[in-house]
Amino acid sequence: MPHDEVHEHHHDHPHVHGGADHHPHRPDADDTLTYCRRLEIAVRELLIEKGHLTADEIRGAVERMDARGPHLGARVVAKAWTDPAFKVRLLADGTAACQEAGITFDQSTRLIVVENTPDTHNMVVCTLCSCYPRMVLGIPPDWYKSRAYRSRAVREPRAVLREFGTELPDDMAVRVHDSTADMRYLVLPMRPAGTEGWSEERLAALVTRDAMIGVTQAKAPDSVT
Amino acid sequence: MARFAAGEQVIVRRGNPPGHLRTPWYIRGKHGVVERLCGEFRNPEELAYGRSGEPKRMLYRVRFEQKHVWPDYAGPAGDTIDIELYEHWLDAAR
Repeated sequence: MPHDEVHEHHHDHPHVHGGADHHPHRPDADDTLTYCRRLEIAVRELLIEKGHLTADEIRGAVERMDARGPHLGARVVAKAWTDPAFKVRLLADGTAACQEAGITFDQSTRLIVVENTPDTHNMVVCTLCSCYPRMVLGIPPDWYKSRAYRSRAVREPRAVLREFGTELPDDMAVRVHDSTADMRYLVLPMRPAGTEGWSEERLAALVTRDAMIGVTQAKAPDSVT
Repeated sequence: MARFAAGEQVIVRRGNPPGHLRTPWYIRGKHGVVERLCGEFRNPEELAYGRSGEPKRMLYRVRFEQKHVWPDYAGPAGDTIDIELYEHWLDAAR
């Protein structure tokens, strides 16, 4: 039975018809041509038509962007936890150290790595828009771009941290980093106790996206098997 | 040539020119300490309008005390906020 069959009868359960293949359908999510979508399509098609870019180049760029994710940052953090000389280089010049670790930088923005210690907890926000260390974390989560996070992270960071389940003692300073311009920030979380002798690969599994944004800490070793 | 060095006290200008700005409203008029120099970058306030952004501007990371930025800040005195600011938004604090 085709799904687009026109139903003319009236009933209280518009999606339930009893047929084995007649499941409810969620409306398509891609059917709204907003102003910005229309603009993107127009500019993209013009760039292709005028020979500045090919469709495959655009597709490739999107594919590369989607391939980036927190696994890259986690690898860098785990390397810093196990290699003290690398950690020194990472804190001195995040861009160069990440490139050394095999991470590519598409944009001109530079990376600053900020280290959590028993005295200091770092947390990243972009109050003006949604600047994010995409080169090491990929696409930002929706909450990072929300007006609530962007305004409250600078105004009441400890309340925001509590909502993420992160309760910090008063003698640990909270250092917020507002990425307003050409720098991007990655938090180097503290290495959890009880991970002595762990391999980089095992350690990386403790390093979450949220820990590298600084709204939480690295996972405890007993949380992973 | 950088006008300020790391550790120097600066104050953020209170300007409110029209157009694309990278200096958040909440930090204008506040004083802080230069945490580090980030290097020179093309001016985003010009780039936003398709201009060259030249000459490049020195970018600083400035650290502010939260209790100073928000007088009713609910947290200990050691909490800070670091912001990137372009040189033309900074004056020496007297």
